[in-house]
Amino acid sequence: MPEGHAVQMRGISKRYPRVLANDNVDLDVADGEIHAIVGENGAGKSTIMKVLYGLTPPDAGSIALWGRELRGHRPSDAIDAGVGMVHQHFMLVDTLTVAENVVLGDEPRRAGVFTDVAAARERVRSLSSEYGLALDPDELIENLSVGLEQRVEIVKVLYRGAKVLILDEPTGVLTPQEVRELFEILRSLRDAGRTIIFITHKLEEVLELADRITVMRDGRVAGVVPAQGTTKEELAHMMVGRDVLLRVEKEDASPGEPVLEIRGLSAAGRKGANVLEDIELTVRAGEVLGIAGVQGNGQTELVEIVTGLRRAGAGTVRVCGIETSNRSPRQVRDLGVAHVPEDRQARGLVLGFTIAENLVLGKHHRPPFSNHGLMALDEVRSHAERLIGEHDLRPADPDVDAEHLSGGNQQKLIVAREFDGGPALLVASQPTRGVDIGAIEFVHQSLLRMRDAGAAILLISAELSEIMTLSDRIAVMYDGRVVAEYEGGAVGEDELGVAMTGGAAPVPAGVARDGGGAEEGAL
Amino acid sequence: MTRLARLSQVLSPLVAVAAAFLVGGLVVTAIGENPFRIYGILFRGAFGSVDAIGFVLFNAVPLVFTGLAVAFAFRAGLFNIGGEGQLYLGAFVCTLAGLAFGGLPAVLLVPLLVIASAAGGALWAAVPGLLKARFGVHEVINTIMMNFIAVGLTGYFVVNMLREPGQMTPQTSEIALSGHLPRLAGPLSRIGVPLPQSNPLNLSIVIALGAVWLAWYILYRTRLGYEIRAVGINAKAAEYAGISVRRTIVAAMVLSGAFAGLVATNEVMGFRHRFLDNFSSGLGFMGIAVALLGKNTPLGVLLAALLFGVLNTGALEIDVFTDVPRELILVLQAVTIILVVVGNEVFARRAAARERSSEPRGDAPSAATQEAK
Repeated sequence: MPEGHAVQMRGISKRYPRVLANDNVDLDVADGEIHAIVGENGAGKSTIMKVLYGLTPPDAGSIALWGRELRGHRPSDAIDAGVGMVHQHFMLVDTLTVAENVVLGDEPRRAGVFTDVAAARERVRSLSSEYGLALDPDELIENLSVGLEQRVEIVKVLYRGAKVLILDEPTGVLTPQEVRELFEILRSLRDAGRTIIFITHKLEEVLELADRITVMRDGRVAGVVPAQGTTKEELAHMMVGRDVLLRVEKEDASPGEPVLEIRGLSAAGRKGANVLEDIELTVRAGEVLGIAGVQGNGQTELVEIVTGLRRAGAGTVRVCGIETSNRSPRQVRDLGVAHVPEDRQARGLVLGFTIAENLVLGKHHRPPFSNHGLMALDEVRSHAERLIGEHDLRPADPDVDAEHLSGGNQQKLIVAREFDGGPALLVASQPTRGVDIGAIEFVHQSLLRMRDAGAAILLISAELSEIMTLSDRIAVMYDGRVVAEYEGGAVGEDELGVAMTGGAAPVPAGVARDGGGAEEGAL
Repeated sequence: MTRLARLSQVLSPLVAVAAAFLVGGLVVTAIGENPFRIYGILFRGAFGSVDAIGFVLFNAVPLVFTGLAVAFAFRAGLFNIGGEGQLYLGAFVCTLAGLAFGGLPAVLLVPLLVIASAAGGALWAAVPGLLKARFGVHEVINTIMMNFIAVGLTGYFVVNMLREPGQMTPQTSEIALSGHLPRLAGPLSRIGVPLPQSNPLNLSIVIALGAVWLAWYILYRTRLGYEIRAVGINAKAAEYAGISVRRTIVAAMVLSGAFAGLVATNEVMGFRHRFLDNFSSGLGFMGIAVALLGKNTPLGVLLAALLFGVLNTGALEIDVFTDVPRELILVLQAVTIILVVVGNEVFARRAAARERSSEPRGDAPSAATQEAK
């Protein structure tokens, strides 16, 4: 590792009205290393990066880049000093080409006014080949897979001369193969002398990729360790401050009667092409069927049809033997179908409602919560108090609006509501997205408890490890079809990864990503 | 935190009103008048006598109804700009019923006319509601268009078919006496409140208070209200929860229109006792301002309507006794609204910033927007 520090942050503090996000944080990133910053949500890792990138002025502390004090706390100051940020949500113009996107806002000029398109293409081509990015400068963004879009973002940052690249949760939207390729790219960037700062909550990745790791907890640095010789358990302990069960212990399933039966299900998407094609799936009582797949391959549509939120094109969906494919969401719910939606803020919660009001959402029309059109507020309240206690929701106040809860507690609220009342079928979509390690543990155990109590569970997750630890059977979706089905435990991550990309070559340029908003990646 | 939010819910309109008076004062000074004298006249005009207070209340009553109409629809996420048309329809249907069923005794006719008023408004609001639910057509456009249709249509009928015989004024005959709402001057003076017999304050104020309570009760105590609020805040989540968004939209519009239609209880049953072409002069639109100032809550609407009643009543006094044009009051009202809206926005942004910062996640939108610049 080369000598010297690329980044030295000293005594950074940042107080927001309700929270001390950074409390006297020191961060040293050596020149030419890959440095990971890990921590739970709210640990302050994003804040410290925003301070570095100039999005947030710190209340106290100093920043030095290669020994020179950084003055000015605006992104332009940071960019001028050689810092670049690859955001978690890509900021690309779909209808422009790769080269046009890269130079956007900083175009090479010809005769002072015209964009020098040829020069732009040449720059992109040379950056791309230098680091093995395999990007075609003339391809339209809308034709690229998520993994390739991310590379465009990386080239954008390199084009602006970044020597320190900050990547914020870069792997959340990628397939295992894409992750591996990204890591190759990051290593080659490092070997070419660039410095990488990598924010994540996935511990395997940290250990695989990083040279050194800064662990944050509650706005402070909990420790700085070399990746070599550190274990996941140690990292998790530092992040949470206690020992965490990283592996879920589960008994073998004892499946009963089929609860959900899907036969020959097809559905058309917005552009007319089928987003679901001839799906056949069965979930029995007391088992977890996991659906693996890159987001946007029909999972969202499948879930919406099963829960009554979308009309089926052809085929049948039965819940406990009753045809549901063209019933309303309320009728489906009343059959005992619970649903943890993939996007909790868009679907699962009414943020302006109180915790108590949110905890009856979807059950509010039935006794005991309403009778003859009137809400039974006492019942609503005692229901809330019970679930708050059982699930350790914080704050433990039924009258607080859901928008004031942390992301983890919002998810717990939904889980508490949907798991309660013994549903026959539980559709859990990305149930631990954006949730702290401690809460993940809780959600996983609750899911298995539900299973053992006889519920049929359809689990959809972008986290392969989650699918693999919880599922009794695994189905893989690709391009609107079920392309493979496995017994849980009988399949490895690599095999799943290959199936997820349609069994095709590792770089799935143009993986179908159209379809009902599944591309939102709110990690 | 939440308490702070609620407190500022209450405080920000008050601050806005105070600031508006300050701005109004500057305007008065600029045209060479003494603001203290003008405001003195304004408040004497509104509070100087029992008669004045009676007028304040009388002027506030229709604004309570139209304010509730706007606020109620807003809770379902709908902008009902059609209060004006709905109140015309309410008044028209009320008058027709009052003319047609004149033989009924008051105990039957009064409730019938109240229902007719509400039904007229509800019917008129149902149209844009259905168009929104069925075809997704934006209700703002359709409610505005329905205003023109309402004013034009009622005007046509009144001028050409229902005009009082032997009259040039475009108005109908008087409805039956048994359909009148009694004025409050009589009963009030009997208990020692010297409200002059000429004061138009009538029993409609009780209906207005009832409507405020009813709006609150529907929103916070009924299943429909829960669903209306859910749809208004997050329609996708409402759909997820099995709420029929379409049906809820129609229901909310119908109820909203019913509130607007009840203006007829004051204007027709309690005051004119007939339909006069073009009688409203913007009560429906004023309701938008009232709802805004009242933060779309029933109680807030009541208070905001009272404030507007004060301003409107005091404006007359200013007009009569000073050289300051009564338009100053319009300026004052408009400035108040602007300041409330600005205040809301400022507060919402600060709250949003606080939300973001209290949970610093990787996907903080501030990073995105700033980068996009």
